[in-house]
Amino acid sequence: MIVSKIRQCVHIAAISNRHNNLTVVEKLGRTTIFSPEGKHFEYAMEAISHAGTVLGVLAKDGVVLAAEKKVTGKLLDLSGAKEGGYGGSGEKIFLLNSNVIGGVAGLTADANSLINYARSAAQQHLLAYNEDIPVELLAQRLCDMKQSYTQYGGLRPFGASLLYAGYDQQYQFQLYHSDPSGNYSGWKATCIGANNGTAQSLLKQEYKDDIEVKAAISLVLKTMSKTMDSTTLGSEKLEFAVITLDPETKLPKAKIYRPDEIDELLQAEGLGKKEEDDAMKS
Amino acid sequence: METSFAITGKDYIIVAADTTAARSIVKMKTDDDKIKVVSPHLLMSYSGEPGDTIQFSEFVERNLRLFHIRNNYSLRPSAAASWIRRSLAQSLRSRKPYSVNLMLSGYDVTTDTPHLFWIDYLGTMTEVPFGAHGYGSYFALSLLDRYHNPEATLEEGIETLKRCIDEVAKRLIVSPGKYIVKVVDKDGTRVIEI
Repeated sequence: MIVSKIRQCVHIAAISNRHNNLTVVEKLGRTTIFSPEGKHFEYAMEAISHAGTVLGVLAKDGVVLAAEKKVTGKLLDLSGAKEGGYGGSGEKIFLLNSNVIGGVAGLTADANSLINYARSAAQQHLLAYNEDIPVELLAQRLCDMKQSYTQYGGLRPFGASLLYAGYDQQYQFQLYHSDPSGNYSGWKATCIGANNGTAQSLLKQEYKDDIEVKAAISLVLKTMSKTMDSTTLGSEKLEFAVITLDPETKLPKAKIYRPDEIDELLQAEGLGKKEEDDAMKS
Repeated sequence: METSFAITGKDYIIVAADTTAARSIVKMKTDDDKIKVVSPHLLMSYSGEPGDTIQFSEFVERNLRLFHIRNNYSLRPSAAASWIRRSLAQSLRSRKPYSVNLMLSGYDVTTDTPHLFWIDYLGTMTEVPFGAHGYGSYFALSLLDRYHNPEATLEEGIETLKRCIDEVAKRLIVSPGKYIVKVVDKDGTRVIEI
């Protein structure tokens, strides 16, 4: 009884406070007031700059996406990840819709929530218009949501950046990047996560405007091998995906590579583990 | 009695609708335009409960415009048709449903193809090479089945349309006197005289 009395008092106090003092909102939602340094985004951006690198390159006839997986320790059981997840996806590259693949850098749990939102937004568009969601519209949907966390009460923003690689009728192949504040931008080639500065300056040197998917794949893998910590690339550290047009149906075809396919690709590009490396170890 | 036709051709769609507005047994008006230009490459011919038709077609027009303003591109005919069908299906399950039948004719500028969708007040939708609503449809559909040519030029399409109009004039007891005819193609929409 006493407790409920006290609660009532507090409740009344809160109401009267709202009437007397207009700064009450400021007191409750500390996170949402502007600070001179913009600390919250510094933290969010910081989380992203330590995350595994995600790299995207837009080509004339497709988009290529690659991501670095951070292996957290020797004891982590990776036997389940051998086959890859749905469509070969792992922890950083996901199918958002049949015409869009997403790569994430940052807090994995936050990213999972964003991916869930993106998939559901894409299906809502399909339900309303009976067509695949345009890539920019999907990026906009997510950014509208991300932005809301910069403005409304007491919550922290998402600690994740996304790359969207996709295709739509209107603008063909596209590559977008969105950050925790809800800003998004379109790119010919870009990179998020650790070492993104190095990767971006490499891409700036190597990118050609009329690049084709085949060359884009080489460019992505080459840049990836230079920016990643480890000396040799392998499927245990790398995720890879390409979106192209199916030559027969003329519809977008998203392919997220399975671990064995990644190793095969690395071998073909001459970036994989050498046979003698294994021999030396044993 | 309300009648409308639509015929696809090689790179255009011709839409025709009668221009009578009637109430009970009285002709109130003979210059009523029942084909609305809902977006630059999209025509909507409608019939049904007077009032509902105007209200619903303006609702569609405004929503398509809003989509364009928000996203800086127009919905393609198939996407617009799906949205309209959905609106009607939702309305059907409300307290006071719109009682509107329509045909949506659009030119898809991304693929350079004409598309025609037949939609009724129950939310039925189908993409067709030619279509008709109202009493005229009982006479025109068999004619169109015989004479429609998807590769026809605009002149040939108009000829086929005239056959339909003449047949309805000949056989229907209360046939409409005048029609308005519009065309949608790569250049947008326009009214034509026949």
